[in-house]
Amino acid sequence: MSESPPEGDADERQAHTVRLELVDEPGELLNALRPIAENGGNLLSVFHERGSLTPRGRIPVEVDLECTPRQFETVVEALREAGVNVIQAGTERYGEEVTVLLAGALVGTDLSDTLSRIEECTSASVVDFSLTDEQGADGVSSARLRLAATEGSVNAALDCVRDVADEKELHVVEPLVEGEA
Amino acid sequence: MKLAVMGAGAVGRSVVELADEYGHDVTAFADSTGAAVDADGIDAEAALEHKERVGSVGEADAAAALGADYDCLVEATPTTLGDAHPGFEHVEAALERDRHVVLANKGPVAERYDDVMALADAGAGEVRFEATVGGAIPVIATIEGMDPSHVTAARGVLNGTANFVLSRMAAEGLGYEHVLAEAQDLGVAEADPTFDVDGTDAALKCAILANVLHGGGYSLDDVDVQGIRDVPSSALELAAEDGRTVRLIGEVTADGDVRVGPRLVTEHDTLAVTGTQNIVQLETTNAGRLNISGRGAGGPETASAVLADVGRLPER
Repeated sequence: MSESPPEGDADERQAHTVRLELVDEPGELLNALRPIAENGGNLLSVFHERGSLTPRGRIPVEVDLECTPRQFETVVEALREAGVNVIQAGTERYGEEVTVLLAGALVGTDLSDTLSRIEECTSASVVDFSLTDEQGADGVSSARLRLAATEGSVNAALDCVRDVADEKELHVVEPLVEGEA
Repeated sequence: MKLAVMGAGAVGRSVVELADEYGHDVTAFADSTGAAVDADGIDAEAALEHKERVGSVGEADAAAALGADYDCLVEATPTTLGDAHPGFEHVEAALERDRHVVLANKGPVAERYDDVMALADAGAGEVRFEATVGGAIPVIATIEGMDPSHVTAARGVLNGTANFVLSRMAAEGLGYEHVLAEAQDLGVAEADPTFDVDGTDAALKCAILANVLHGGGYSLDDVDVQGIRDVPSSALELAAEDGRTVRLIGEVTADGDVRVGPRLVTEHDTLAVTGTQNIVQLETTNAGRLNISGRGAGGPETASAVLADVGRLPER
């Protein structure tokens, strides 16, 4: 490992994806997730493709996590030390990911239309979505969207979310995209 | 240095009370209806007692303070928008007399920065305004120390009231109205919290930062402003489930864009300060990222920034 500091700010948390191969045995998934949590990684999602097998007859698992670049190195090392087969580690597969919040009359303004229009107008795809129940008589609810965008198209994706939200009078809480040095 | 203090709110009072500790004399002290003027130094206690009793700091005409014998005018009247009246006229009067000016009032440097700087350039007086951004935090002095050409962007939490409301809503799962009422009871929010919760106060501070970083030309109109009223507690819950939270962030980008709005940050982000704390993050060309946090409001806190500015002025 080189001694020079990594590109960008070493303290900046960003989304990373690791693809793992697990043996189909009880406790294997937990065994794979523990090194991530123990080394400061914040688990975002786990995609466990139980139905399909890798060429080596194992189960592919894709884990999205958030941590600093330095923590990520430690996480990958710890996974390998724990005997977990790491097939791919890095941020390159998804390019960039951003999370946004939407608030307002989400249901009353056709939520599925909102989502499909966000996906249509950019190269972004909605990889995760959570919605709260409507609150009170005004029909206000909130949603959290995680968008995966290709490298360099995060701003275009956010512009699109803003436009769709403006039109439907929804409020957007955008992520703070830092590091414009 | 001899100080003329305009404005007898929390900041003006604290400047008058603390001036002696910093080696300065207050020779004039005025509020909107009266003034105390004494070339040998006013009696601070008597002036404040007069205000308590009569409603103004002294029997002299408020305008008399502007013509008094002083080296530096401290402008601490309430921030006003647009023409920044009457703060701007106070600044103008001092600079035309070749006196220095230290501002706690955001109006003149947020709304009429270029006019203020033109006046300063035309005379011998200098203008400083540390107290206008981030209260006690030495934001402007830090930028000045790095030189604005080496600071590419600035962002931060610049309004304690909005930050208190958002961090309480997130921590307790309470609604906006409930937390706002609580903040008002605690004296953290004013009876009319519009300026804070609609983002105007943070936007003025960002306009000032943009003026410093990009050499002027900015006013409130150039800031894209969104407040926190429309952030429901359900949105904060969703953010928390994902290890994130929402803060009212003001931002001046390298491209010169200025915006204030509620933004998602990770829970452990440096910018996710809690309560009334403020923080400013500077991106620099050679020094990486700098973070400075502290108390963004309060009489003695803001007065300390004013008096630090007075200390940075050249002797007249």
